[in-house]
Amino acid sequence: MNIHEYQTKELFRSYKIPVPEGRMAHSANQALSVAEQLGGEGWVVKAQIHAGGRGKAGGVQLARTLEEVQNHAEGLIGRRLITKQTGEAGRLVNRVLVEQIHQIDREYYLGIVIDRGTQRITLIASAAGGMEIEEVAKQAPEKVIREVVDPAVGLQDFQCRKVAAGIGVGGKEIGKLGRIMKRLYRCFRDNDALMVEINPLVRTGQGEFLALDAKMSFDGNALFRQGDIADLRDFDEEDPKEVEASGHDLNYIALDGSVGCIVNGAGLAMATMDAISLYGGRPANFLDVGGGASPEKIANAFRIVLEDPNVKVVLLNIYAGINRCDWIAEGIVKAMAELTVEVPVVVRLAGTNLEAGREILARSGLDYIHADRLSDAAEKSVEAIGEVVA
Amino acid sequence: MSILVNRDSRVIFQGFTGQHATFHAEEAIRMGTQVVGGVTPGKGGQIHIDRPVFDTVQDAVTQAGADVSVVFVPPPFSADAIMEAIEGGIKVIVVITDGVPVQDMVRVKRYLIGHDAIIVGPNTAGVITPEECKVGIMPAHIYPKGRIGIVSRSGTLNYEAVEQMSELGLGVSTSVSIGGDPVNGCDFLTLLKRFADDDETEAILMIGEIGGAQEVEAAAWARDHLNKPLIGFIAGATAPPGRRMGHAGAIISGESDTAQAKMQRLGELGVSVVQNAAEIGKTVSYSLK
Repeated sequence: MNIHEYQTKELFRSYKIPVPEGRMAHSANQALSVAEQLGGEGWVVKAQIHAGGRGKAGGVQLARTLEEVQNHAEGLIGRRLITKQTGEAGRLVNRVLVEQIHQIDREYYLGIVIDRGTQRITLIASAAGGMEIEEVAKQAPEKVIREVVDPAVGLQDFQCRKVAAGIGVGGKEIGKLGRIMKRLYRCFRDNDALMVEINPLVRTGQGEFLALDAKMSFDGNALFRQGDIADLRDFDEEDPKEVEASGHDLNYIALDGSVGCIVNGAGLAMATMDAISLYGGRPANFLDVGGGASPEKIANAFRIVLEDPNVKVVLLNIYAGINRCDWIAEGIVKAMAELTVEVPVVVRLAGTNLEAGREILARSGLDYIHADRLSDAAEKSVEAIGEVVA
Repeated sequence: MSILVNRDSRVIFQGFTGQHATFHAEEAIRMGTQVVGGVTPGKGGQIHIDRPVFDTVQDAVTQAGADVSVVFVPPPFSADAIMEAIEGGIKVIVVITDGVPVQDMVRVKRYLIGHDAIIVGPNTAGVITPEECKVGIMPAHIYPKGRIGIVSRSGTLNYEAVEQMSELGLGVSTSVSIGGDPVNGCDFLTLLKRFADDDETEAILMIGEIGGAQEVEAAAWARDHLNKPLIGFIAGATAPPGRRMGHAGAIISGESDTAQAKMQRLGELGVSVVQNAAEIGKTVSYSLK
């Protein structure tokens, strides 16, 4: 789960991680009054959306006067911002963050992730602040400093000193930076984060460190014990269909093809999409109905897939382990009775209670295309689209 | 022979009296698995599906000789249950639970150091040695006994592969699903090494996914040390970058994470790479000739 920059910075404040003075605003007038209250000689107005690449897309604007603050906020709020991460549709800006600007001396990168290689929390730092860390890692891997944390004892002072030295920080600043690292680690650990990134972490003209931009994401599996973090979820930032699907305990991701997919298990769902594309089609979505899918769940899956106007055929591929083919078949019958299904439906069932499932489908008199194997199912789905077009 | 579990394994279920654990314990018993009891704190001394219930794993080990545990304990309490199994002396711990917090698994893996135990999962379909022992939620009847070792992330894709193989007359020595989480108990390499030492395993099928480097690391080891055919498939060629495809671990976060890049690396390392999921069985069969 992701949160907004202003929310991350509020969380940082509670851990005494230094951030610029600033507040969030919902309107141009509010932005103006925030800037007035902050005072100072310059401000930055930052669009608050979850996608990265805001700066290059015009989502971050500098203002020298209060009037400019108001104008920039006016221009950003209500606009769809298109960055390299949003896709063509862009993301609607509902709020901005207004902050005081600072004179910047140096820029660094500081982040924490759970490293899949070591399977541990790992601190990452670089002297090339402002650059994407993936780029730095590609161009000059030696400039990326990594420090793995032993979960039994947590991040140690000596590790912070090593990191500081690694990115060229010396003197009294070693201690200052070390304190920030340890607070960031606590913030990460206490809140079940998966990733936190300060890019850039700047040293101001006054020799203070500040988290100029901040990004954080959290473990969805841990939200049961992180109520305060769960409250920060912004549903406007998510695909409404994905939100609806998750409400039915379905895992749905919209794609841009025409073969609607209903599959059980993430691995088989991906493999089914891959097979469709090998036979010349394109998947309209990823959808994992999970284990123990009831007839209602299957019916919901059908409805969500069919809501996509691009869907020209539905492919249902279920390999029942804990699932039962008879329940799945009942779900198909239920869905096709309740919904207006105008596209061909290809059904491939296998596994537990297969015979019972086939019998239910045969008895129902439904018009569907039967497939025995994965290859069959993918091929017939793609063929069915051909027929629709013709 | 086989790996991890066999007919001598003495299995307990943690969270034994829950609905799912009960169902799958009964299924395991039906297949001939030696289920020697289970653990549900507070219900020690009771009898459940004709087996003793213990308050602690320790009791199950000393009183029933348990050496394998299947964990069905809900996510908030899973880490505790796994550590209890490690400390209690269980050798193979299979964690079925889906939704265990990642940082809990980081701590569990730290706790595991210095103990002689192996964790499979979380979020796994489990382990099966056909006709001998089933510690998981897979349908046992689709797994014929044979000489192919399988290690996969996904459960259902594992079933798919088994069906394709059995149509061609190929069976399974042991099949392990390692689960879809980014921090998991054991990786492909650990299991590849076990299969390498297993006389009954003639070839190994590795079914991976986008994200991470575990499959490539395993293949790199195999190139220098494995004297058996290794067949590999990576699911997710059509997955868009940056999106989590169901499994928390299945996310493309860099160029080396894509299915195409991983399959190419596997090919370079001498793995027989399956390009189409519908041809897993065929590729395995071909590699045996």
